[in-house]
Amino acid sequence: MNRRVAITGVGVVSPLGLDYASFWDALSRGEPAIREMTIVPPSTMRYPNAAEVRGFDPVAHFEEKELNFVDRFAQFAMVAAREARAASGIQFDPERTAIITGTSAGGQTTEDENFYSYYAMKGRVSPLTIPRVMGNAAASRISLEFGITGPVFTISTACSSSNHAIGQAFWMVRSGIVDAAITGGSEAPFSTGFLKSWEAMRVVSPDTCRPFSRDRKGLILGEGGAVLILEPLEAAHARGATVWAEIVGFGMSSDAHHITQPSVAGPVRAMRAALADARITPEQVGYINAHGTGTIANDSSEATAIREAFAGAPPVSSTKSMHGHALGAAGALEAAATIGALRHGVLPPTANFTSADPACDLDVVPNMARVVQVEYALSNSFAFGGLNAVLAFHNAD
Amino acid sequence: MLGQEPTEAIVSRVIRVIAETQKLPLEMVTIDKTFEELKIDSLDGINIVFALESEFKLDIPDDAMREILSVRAAAEGIEKLLIKKEAAAQ
Repeated sequence: MNRRVAITGVGVVSPLGLDYASFWDALSRGEPAIREMTIVPPSTMRYPNAAEVRGFDPVAHFEEKELNFVDRFAQFAMVAAREARAASGIQFDPERTAIITGTSAGGQTTEDENFYSYYAMKGRVSPLTIPRVMGNAAASRISLEFGITGPVFTISTACSSSNHAIGQAFWMVRSGIVDAAITGGSEAPFSTGFLKSWEAMRVVSPDTCRPFSRDRKGLILGEGGAVLILEPLEAAHARGATVWAEIVGFGMSSDAHHITQPSVAGPVRAMRAALADARITPEQVGYINAHGTGTIANDSSEATAIREAFAGAPPVSSTKSMHGHALGAAGALEAAATIGALRHGVLPPTANFTSADPACDLDVVPNMARVVQVEYALSNSFAFGGLNAVLAFHNAD
Repeated sequence: MLGQEPTEAIVSRVIRVIAETQKLPLEMVTIDKTFEELKIDSLDGINIVFALESEFKLDIPDDAMREILSVRAAAEGIEKLLIKKEAAAQ
């Protein structure tokens, strides 16, 4: 059995907006959400800016007692899952539905607060620390609220987490292991300890994120969550659901090269694997949502990989220029962006672009969205640790 | 490159930090070695700069860090930043 897999709902909590519509609206207008950070005092950091989710009021979404158990990263996933389910209108068969989420750091803001309380303030550690911190807290929270009793698990592969999660969910629906999947990812990385760890790596930009620009200075950290509802295309048609797009392929690879330096060969193999899985040729792809972090190393290496995998490279943009690098949620937010591109016939731009870098010889859709209806699109995620995961999407017929 | 001849005391401290960070025998890390010769990659380099900041109580900015690609450049860079720090303190 190899079924076509439809996306029938998308939910988003992001720095660009607190639902899919506002997220897409900002993306298509090319408006970055990169500002001076507020959650952590910017004066304590070498870099003052971040892409924070603003205006998200947990009490508007959860009972106050419930919030004791739900870290910000799990709140994002739950709220996005509710939006995606409502948009889809699906009635889940609980045993035949999977939930697969991605996160890199899980509830590490809870961990940071509690460990600070113990080490520095000579206080105590809350008994709810463990259930808030665990990486699967988001998937389990969705399972509890929706009553889903099928396969539920979480994948943590740093910045590829969500693409690995979505790819696995896609394969499970395609092969008939389940009849629906709730999948995506979330991240809430703004704690002092975690931001200091990024500072020490010297990969965060002191101003903004300029993917593929000659004067790029690094990434900008982001946060948020996005969730997709997947079901067989036939089932979606049978119940008259709106099909936003299809997932048609998933490819992954490991560089086996270096713990942080990117390689060209690994991403090339992952993109080729996604195309092969989708049974499409490189010429059919009309858009690539790049990993495009804005670091010197990633962007030139990714550009070389794209040029190697595609004889004539299609337009490529990095929406991280607007929503920041949401780490384990990056693939989920970028899946939502790619689905938006296919659904609305608009390629979101690479914002903050200043001047071309000969080492990134691509059409990066600089600064202005482009109206063009493409048939197939890829979304790349490449992680520290050399783990690459690429999704292939098709516009709804 | 940076025009400051580092003192022997600074050189020996820089060599010790590099050797300790990279788990190399002290005698292998000499003033004339490049990081490439010592198989020190960019992530190792960031880790060395972090250790040098602690050793010398300095803040090494990104642009200074990018020039530190050899033992000599590390020692020269530290010397220069120490002189700057001293001047700023006066």
